[in-house]
This record gives sequence, structure tokens and C-alpha cells, in this order.
Amino acid sequence: MLRVCLKGANSAARKCLCGNGVPLHPLQQCRSYTSGGSGSSAGKIVAASVLTVGGGVGGTILYANWDPKFRANVEKSIPYSDQVFGLALGPAAPPPVINKPRKVEPVQISSMSEMWKDSKQPKAKEVEKKAEQPDAEGPPAPAPQETLEEASAQVAQILSAIGEVPSVPAPGTHEAEAVPPPAALKGVPAAAAKCTECEHEPAVKERPEGEVAARLAEQDKAEQDLLTSLSSNLEDALGSTAKVTLQAIGAQEAALQAIAQHTRQLREAMEAEAPPDKKSTQWRVLEDALSERSRSVDEAGAAVLKAKAELDKLRGVIDGAKHLKIAAARPSILAAEENLHSMVVDLDSVVTRVQTAQSEAKIVSQYSELVNEAKAQFQKELNSITPEIQANWKGLTGKLTQDDLNSLIAHAHRRIDQMNRELAEQRVREQIHIDSALEQQKLEDKKALEVAVSTALEHNREQMRLEQEKKVEETREVMEAEMRTQLRRQAAAHTDHLRDVLKVQEQELRSEAEEANPEQLKETEYRRLTQDQLDSFTLDMNAAYARLKGMEEAIDSHVIAEEEARKAHQLWLSVEALNYTLKTAALNDPTEPLEGAVQAIKESCAEDEFAQALATALPSESLSRGVYSEASLRARFYAIRQLARRVALIDETRNSLYQYFLSYLQAMLLFEKAQEAPPAKLSAEDLDTFKLLSYAAYSLEHGDLELAAKLVNQLKGESRRVAQDWLKEARLTLETKQVVSLLSAYANAVGLGTTMAP
Amino acid sequence: MSEKELGKKLDRCLADSAVKLGAGLGLGIVFSVVFFKRHTWPVAFGLGMGLGMAYTNCQNDLRAPYLIQRNIKVSNATKY
Repeated sequence: MLRVCLKGANSAARKCLCGNGVPLHPLQQCRSYTSGGSGSSAGKIVAASVLTVGGGVGGTILYANWDPKFRANVEKSIPYSDQVFGLALGPAAPPPVINKPRKVEPVQISSMSEMWKDSKQPKAKEVEKKAEQPDAEGPPAPAPQETLEEASAQVAQILSAIGEVPSVPAPGTHEAEAVPPPAALKGVPAAAAKCTECEHEPAVKERPEGEVAARLAEQDKAEQDLLTSLSSNLEDALGSTAKVTLQAIGAQEAALQAIAQHTRQLREAMEAEAPPDKKSTQWRVLEDALSERSRSVDEAGAAVLKAKAELDKLRGVIDGAKHLKIAAARPSILAAEENLHSMVVDLDSVVTRVQTAQSEAKIVSQYSELVNEAKAQFQKELNSITPEIQANWKGLTGKLTQDDLNSLIAHAHRRIDQMNRELAEQRVREQIHIDSALEQQKLEDKKALEVAVSTALEHNREQMRLEQEKKVEETREVMEAEMRTQLRRQAAAHTDHLRDVLKVQEQELRSEAEEANPEQLKETEYRRLTQDQLDSFTLDMNAAYARLKGMEEAIDSHVIAEEEARKAHQLWLSVEALNYTLKTAALNDPTEPLEGAVQAIKESCAEDEFAQALATALPSESLSRGVYSEASLRARFYAIRQLARRVALIDETRNSLYQYFLSYLQAMLLFEKAQEAPPAKLSAEDLDTFKLLSYAAYSLEHGDLELAAKLVNQLKGESRRVAQDWLKEARLTLETKQVVSLLSAYANAVGLGTTMAP
Repeated sequence: MSEKELGKKLDRCLADSAVKLGAGLGLGIVFSVVFFKRHTWPVAFGLGMGLGMAYTNCQNDLRAPYLIQRNIKVSNATKY
């Protein structure tokens, strides 16, 4: 193209120059022009080419700088371009591919942390922080696992605790029953009772009579012991309580006496007008009485408390005894309860008496106080009027003057008036006071009445309950006694009846035996002999019959065995026929259809499920069309191999015509081993088309069609498509061969099974 | 047989290219003679067109198994 242009340019130049009729100079010019043109055109060519190449390279570098993918492509396709790019642009940035997994991980872990409970969130956050690192697959899995383990441990603890909890009340209930009796009754009998109860619970089977009687005797003894101990305890408790209660009552009585004495003496002191020294002795005596009274009252109070405590203890003991539920102890329990009740009643009555006495004493003391006050007041007034006169003014007669007497009389009159006035006032107030006092008294009376009524009611109720229990106890005893007598009577009647019947039977048998005379003896002897003969005959007959049976069975089993053998032989023959049809394959032609042979097999083993299943397992194509022999497949393989080598480069992404050309070129230039032994495990680099084909060729040469088919199955792309049909045929052949070998093995096994060794 | 398919395709390619080239040549000659005053370029153009069409046809034929067809929906397509 360039030469054409050049020629065109030359001719144009020559025309324009020579057309003008220019002399040789122009030719020189022309020549120089042309030579210069040629030289300059060469230079132009060089310059143009250099420019083009430089422009191309520069443009490539600039574009690679802008687009890293393009740079990567160029580096891949043109060798040593990566060094050029490195010199010009610097190293390429690492591809930013890791970001996506990193972004995904925190999301996953946050979702996982949502799954855990709130209390576990700090741990999950910790886990998140750990996951920031690039290789964070390890920590998230163990940390949630740890928390899971902890949670499961906690749950296990809770479950075990829950499991433990129900077990606690069960022994508790059992123990609660056992605790009061040992508390009330000390020692062995209680333990014995508990043990017998425990023993009765687990073993619920029947025991022999002797054992039962022994156990009953034991139980009775234990009950007796229990009863004695219980009664002794009750008596002790009762005795102590009675003593204490009597003491309390005595103390209360003493207190009552002291109070009464004190009151009496107080009244006497009030009313009597003895001379001063006697009065002082009287007051001293009164003080002693007062102290006596307070002391005895305190003693009585303490005694009452003690008595009350003892009574409570006794009540506890009685309750414990009641819990044991032993029938025989009931009367003693009842008696104890009665005693308790009476003691309580007595104590209450004595306490009420003491209280009334105390209230009376209070009234008297108040009265005495008032009187003392009045006396003191009078004394003061008298002293204010006649200071020099002493208390016992009655003895003075002549010592007083007229004025003193007058003033005394006047004072006395005034006092009388005042007294009268006070009296009137007092009378008026008295009424009001009396009314209010009556009201108060009524209220107090009502309260006291209620209290008394309730206590009386309680006592009554208690009394009635005790009576009722006593009556119940009596009736129960009566009933028990009656039942025992009735049972005894029945047992006696039964024994009598048995004795009579036995006696009668004895009589009858004896009479029968005596009737037997010698004739009968002979007859029995004769009968015995014939019986013996018959027995021996039947024995012989049985033996003969058994032998006959044995022989028949032997013959039958022989027949069966022969039948089996025949069937096995038939099966074997049909399988051999099938095998033979497989050998009828000519090169490049399939075998005959296997239909007929398979039909024969199915008929020959109609009742053999395994053979039927195998016969139906043959692929339909082999039945209808037949299969190719291994040799033909081998031959075909080499053509496949050539073709597969040629299209090795073609797959889904590369399939243009240019790629085909390249693929052909590769097949021409690439040399691999014709046959190479395949390794036990295929690695990634073994999956190259050429290698696979050489492995497959090796396997085929060594007769391993299965391995060859497996290797050919690893081809990809166009090579695979080319080998598809061959692969299908190889599969068919392999399937058919497998089924047929199974059938022949089975036929052989069946045949072996039916033959009997001589 | 799948191994014979490639051979058949290539045969078709050659036949097709022969036809296309011939047709291109013919049309080129015709056009050159009739419309373009016996220049050579219509012939070259026709030959080029014929070659190009043959090339494309061959390529499409060889690619046909790998094309994703538009009448098959993704949800219905079976996976190999």
C-alpha cells in the first residue's frame, strides 16, 4: 500500500516537474527530491513508526494507571509488562477483595448476639471486638460456645436443684411423724416401732405363716413395750404437774390468807381508836402484814406461772401419746386428760378468788387512805387554831381559858357548818358518782361475766369431749371382744367339721379295703401282665413308626434338595447364556440385545427375588440395543482423545473461532505422555485435560474401564461434550457387566449351596 | 455420536464459507461491472462481506451449545 502511494507520489512529482520542461537541474532536483524524498520518506517512516509505538505504549501506560483491571489484564497477557508498569507507575494496589467478608462478619455476630439473652451481651460485644481482626473465625465460635456451656451448666444446676427439692419433703414428712414419738418417749421402743413400720413398707410380698405369726408377736411385744413406757411417762408427767399445781394452789391460798389478814388489820387500824404507842405498834403490825401480803402474792404468781408451764408440758406429752395411735393406751390418755382438765379448772378458780380478794383490799386501802387524809387535815386545822394543844386534847380540862374555849367552840361551829355544807354537796355529788360507778361496775361486771361464761363454756366443752371419747373407747373395746369371740367360735366349728368328715372317710376306706379278697388280687396280677405286654407292643410300634417317618422325611428332603439343585443349575445356565451374549460383540458393533437372555433368567428363577431384582436392574438400552464391548470402547477412545486434545481450550467463556485456532495450535505444540499412571488421589493440577486423557489411556490399557470412565468424567468444557457419548456407552457397559457379574456370582453361590459334599 | 459433531460443524462451516465467498464474489463482480465502472474494490468488498458472514456463521454454529437462550426463564432452567 505504501509502495503504491510512493509510486503515485513519484509519478505525480515527475509529471509536475517534467511537464514544465525543466532542464537537468530539476532532474537532479528531482533525483535529490526523490532521493531526499526517499531518504526523508524513510525517515518519515521511521519517525511515524516510532511515534505510533511510543503513542501506543504511552497510551497503554496511562490507561493502566487509570484502570487497574486493564493493568492486570495486560500484565497477564504480555510478559515482562508488569516490570515496565512497575518502573513507570509503581506497584499495583492490592485488590480490595477482603472488605466484603469483613463487613459481613460483624453483622453475623450481631445477629448471634441478638440470639443470646441480654445478660450475655457484654460477652458478645467482646466477641465483636475480637472479630475486627481479619482472621476472626476462631474466637466467635468458641466464645459463644463457652457462654453456651455456661448457660447449660447454669441450667443443669437449676435442674439439679429442682430435682433435689422434691426429694427433701418426702423424708421430711416421714421424719415429722417419727420425731414427736421419740421426743415424747425416749429410747428403743420408738425406734423399734419405726423400724417395723419401715420394714412393712418396702416388702409387699406374702410371707409364710410362721413368719407372719412371729411378726405379729413382735409387733404385739413392741406395742406392749411402747404402752408401758407411754403410761409410765404419762404418770410421771401427771405426778409432776399435779405436784406443781398443788403447790401453786397452796401458794394462792396463802396469798389469799395474807390479803384477808392485811385487809382485816387495816380495817381494825382504821376504826379502832387506840392510844398512840399502840397505834404505832398497830401500824408496824400493819406494815408487816402488807409486806407479807405482797410477798405471798408474788410467790403465788410465780407458782401459777410454773404450774401453767407444767400443764402445757403435760398437754404436749398427751398430744404426742395420742399421735402414736395405740388403742390400749387410750384409757390412760383419757384419764390423764381428765386430770389435766380438773387441774386447770382448780387453778383458774383459785386465781379468780385471789383477784377478788385483791380488789377488795384495794377498796379498803383506798378507804384507809382517805380516812388518814381527813384525820391529818383535822389535825392541821386544830393545830392552826390552838397551836399549843397536843393531839390528845381530851385529857385537858382546866388548862383552857374561856377565850380558847369560845374560839374552839366557834371553830367547832364553823367546822360543823362547813361539814354540813360539804355533806350536802357530797350528797349531791354522791348520787352522780354512784351512778357513774354503777355504770362502770355494770361494764366491768359484763366483762367479767363474759370471761367467766367463756371459761365455763370451755370447761364444759372439754368435759363433754372427754366423756364422748371415754364412751367411744368403751364401745370399741366391747366390739373387739365380741368379734374375737365370734371368730373363735367359727374356728372351733370348722375344726369340728373337719374332724367329723375325716372320721367318716376313714371308716369307709377301711371297709372297702377289708372287702378285698385273694381272688381280686389274682385278677389284678393278670391285668398287670397283659398291660405290660401291651406296653411293650406299643413301644415297638412307635419305634417302627418313627423309623418309617424318618425315612419318608429323608426321601422328601432329598427330593427337595434335588429340586433346588435343578433350579440352581437352571439359573446358572441362563446366567451363562447371558454372559455369552456379552461376548458376541464385534468390533465397533454392539452386542446382541440382551432381552432374550434376561427373559430366560426371569423364567428360570421365578420365585427368587434377588435374581428377579437383578434382572430388572439392567439398563433398558442394553436390553433393547445391546452394549459395546470393552475393546470397541478402547478403540473409540483414541479418536475421542485426539478430538478432546484439539478442543482442550474451548469452554463456556472461550468459544470464538480464534480460540479454536489457538486450541488446535496448542494441541499441535503440546506433548504429553501417551499413558501415565493415575495417582491414588487427584489433585487440582491433575484436572488438566491432557493429563486426564493420559491417565485414562493408561487405565484402559490396563483393562480398568471404570477408572477410565471416572477420569473422562472429570473433563470440562468442549472436551467433555465431545466425550459425552463415549462416556454414556462406557457407563452402560459397566452397569451391564456389574449386574451380570452379580448374577453369575449369585448363581454360583446358590449352586454351591445346594450341592452336598460326599 | 458426540465426537462426530465437531467434524460435522466444521464441514458445514466450510461449505457455508464456500457458498458465501462465491456469492460475495459474484455480487461483487456484478456490482463492480454494473455500478462501479469495473473497479476492483466492490469485488474485494463482496469477498470480504462473504468471508465475514461465513466466519460469523461458523462461530455461532460452534458456540451454539454455550449460548444462554432468552426463551428459558432462570427459574425453570435446570442446572448442570
